[in-house]
Amino acid sequence: MASVLDPSLSSPTPAEPRVDNYLTHTSGWKSWAFTLDHKRIGLMYLVGISLSLLLGGIFALLLRAELFTPGPTIPGITHDRYNQLFTLHGAVMTFLFIIPGIPAALGNFVLPIMLGAKDVAFPRMNLGSFYLWVGGAIFFLVALVTGGLDTGWTFYTPYSLTTNSSVIAATMGVFILGFSSIFTGLNFIVTIHTLRPAGMTWLRLPLFLWAAYSTSIIQVLATPVLGITLMLLIAERMMKIGIFDPALGGDPVLYQHFFWFYSHPAVYIMILPAMGVISELISTFSRKPIFGYTFIAFSSLAIALLGFLVWGHHMFTSGQSQMSAIVFSSLTFSISIPSAIKVFNWLATMYKGSISLATPMCYALSFIFLFTIGGLTGLFLGALSTDVHLHDTYFIVAHFHYVMVGGTLMAFLGGLFYWWPKMIGKMYNEFWGQVGAWMVFGGFNLTFFPQFVMGARGMPRRYYNYLPEFEFYHQVSTIGAFVLGLGLVIALVVLLRSFKHGKPAPANPWGAATLEWQCSSPPPHDNFSHTPTVGDPYALEAFDYDPKTGGYVPNGKPALVTH
Amino acid sequence: MSAVADAPGAVEADHGHHDAHHPFQAHHFETMEQQFDSGKLGIWLFLITEVMFFSGLFCAYAIYRVYHPEIFVAGHHFLDKTLGALNTIVLLFSSLTMAWGVRCAQLGQRVGLIVCLSLTLACAGTFMVVKYFEYSHKIHLGLVPAGYFSYKPGDEAHGHGDESHADQHHSDKPEHTGAAKSEFETAPAATAVSAEEADLPRRIGLFFSIYYCLTGLHGIHIVAGMIAITWLLVRAIRGDFGPQYFGPVDYVGLYWHLVDLIWIYLFPLLYLIQ
Repeated sequence: MASVLDPSLSSPTPAEPRVDNYLTHTSGWKSWAFTLDHKRIGLMYLVGISLSLLLGGIFALLLRAELFTPGPTIPGITHDRYNQLFTLHGAVMTFLFIIPGIPAALGNFVLPIMLGAKDVAFPRMNLGSFYLWVGGAIFFLVALVTGGLDTGWTFYTPYSLTTNSSVIAATMGVFILGFSSIFTGLNFIVTIHTLRPAGMTWLRLPLFLWAAYSTSIIQVLATPVLGITLMLLIAERMMKIGIFDPALGGDPVLYQHFFWFYSHPAVYIMILPAMGVISELISTFSRKPIFGYTFIAFSSLAIALLGFLVWGHHMFTSGQSQMSAIVFSSLTFSISIPSAIKVFNWLATMYKGSISLATPMCYALSFIFLFTIGGLTGLFLGALSTDVHLHDTYFIVAHFHYVMVGGTLMAFLGGLFYWWPKMIGKMYNEFWGQVGAWMVFGGFNLTFFPQFVMGARGMPRRYYNYLPEFEFYHQVSTIGAFVLGLGLVIALVVLLRSFKHGKPAPANPWGAATLEWQCSSPPPHDNFSHTPTVGDPYALEAFDYDPKTGGYVPNGKPALVTH
Repeated sequence: MSAVADAPGAVEADHGHHDAHHPFQAHHFETMEQQFDSGKLGIWLFLITEVMFFSGLFCAYAIYRVYHPEIFVAGHHFLDKTLGALNTIVLLFSSLTMAWGVRCAQLGQRVGLIVCLSLTLACAGTFMVVKYFEYSHKIHLGLVPAGYFSYKPGDEAHGHGDESHADQHHSDKPEHTGAAKSEFETAPAATAVSAEEADLPRRIGLFFSIYYCLTGLHGIHIVAGMIAITWLLVRAIRGDFGPQYFGPVDYVGLYWHLVDLIWIYLFPLLYLIQ
């Protein structure tokens, strides 16, 4: 049954005056600062998170520039400063950008509309989450300008107990950010459970919502453990409780267990929403219903749950027992299965589809290629015999950048370019959008592929100085980093230019069948003036391109219900 | 906790044009029932996060209990079982009054609700006062976290505080306790080092670290609960709650029961172990 386009919400053609939407509904800074509208909150998150990406990126470029030659390279960047650079790069990117990333910036905007609801279940909690994010960011900035941070983003003891850098300010910041994450997750779970309109059964949820739901489960269960871990770290520093300090009878490896109990599920917080975005993009831009909907939906849940069982694979060299190592290693291999299921389903979706290489699709294809590499290299790291050689080398650095940047960042950008017309009401320059995408792809590979080779050949991570045999790889990697940076700048400029120069966007520029394309671009304040009719979220054949509006409109064809 | 008191007052910008809504129904909910169910699911999820939060501490307790049982055996003697039992009864009673308060809200009994909330608040206050006495007594004796631990067994008998000794131990690691013992033996105003001293395990300070972390975190949650209950009291006096709308009382009640339950675990694990 095709979803019905509500005529009262038709998007304006260039000739019509602008309809009241969520951007114009109220004005003045207070209407943004105290808004309860999930769309505005999502936009504010997007701004904050993008600034964090920029800040983390600057740290990255600085440290990559420093690594251009062995020993000191840039005047002013000593080995201590270098420790600060990689720590801050990691901490800012992890806690301020990538963990909130897709759920906060895209999910907040899209989830209620895609669900068919007027808002999330707890709008004030949503605003609270945003301000908690801001608070955490402020603590980070305070840490930055006071003692800095040089422990590595993982804050391993005993060094984090003794260093003079601003560990307490930074960990308080992370603690606060953790609450932001927990409340976002809690909000999403309740929203999906209780605010579904009639007809929106669980198996009619778009896959982005399954992904958001699975992610939220992890956020709710895992983040509190990080919270207590950081509280204990602060208590250890301030009150010398003796839990992690061996001199007082504590155990530094216990810290690692506590830390990774959260931080491993955290990587699934990073990747699951990304995979959800990819499911939407691949289907829409292959003009084909997603293949294996049920498998993809349940694989999201499987990854979320299995992810809690494998934290020890970050600690194979920490001295844990052989039995633990074997158990963690085997469980780690099991997670590759639901991930691979997704990749095969995306490929099957594309097979015999009508593929359009629009900018979001460029990012989606990059994701599949790069995430596959990242995931496969994870197998080397999950196997005990190889991990012993590869642990704490650049191989690890390359692995996690392939999955986090090649995976999550690509999906974040793809989702951003996909939903941008909906959020802002403008189309961007497609040519330059693609240029940006391919430059990001090329720059990324140039940066990180040499790191696999270096790492396998023994280059340790977090090292300021290195042997001359690695200099060539580092130089290629550094050049790649700047190409990647330039590509991201181009992508940013493309989006920013659309504000002034972009064509007004139709309601459904891509021809997708999920509910957010049923309302105007940008959406009205209440999302839907009438409760939408729920149909098959992948019934793409029910929409045809209409050259007059530049978008897709329903053609009245009954949709094939594929699940 | 916005989940708890999420129904807005009349401050929604576009609230006006809706018709016969309950004044505390938020605009994005279709019915009061949907709003109540959402809040209920929300508070249960929040309670799960609280359990996960405390789980790290209980895990640490378990690990140290397995590897250093002697510090628990020695340490728990310093905890006053009577005060602990008193606190347990106080909290159990406060759970009763809280639950009763939820019932009053459901039945629209405004005065009953106010009385129950006030009693709950009083019980919570009593709990914190008892805790204050427990903590201050221990700190006075130097029974503090591991790195600052400076208890001398004779102090209680002689009524000495540990202020003069605390400085000497301030940045000491416990392996210096042996050296400190001899310091004390030669110090002019030294407290008699009784035979008990030899019986205290080396890492006894760790017991107190665990004690303060567990009960301290729990105490913070009691205070947070008191703030929430105070807010409910204000709203109850205003007459906000009735049979159609009692969600916030219900949700805070659930939170309060969890805080009570955590104490029910803490009390035997810290005070009653042999």
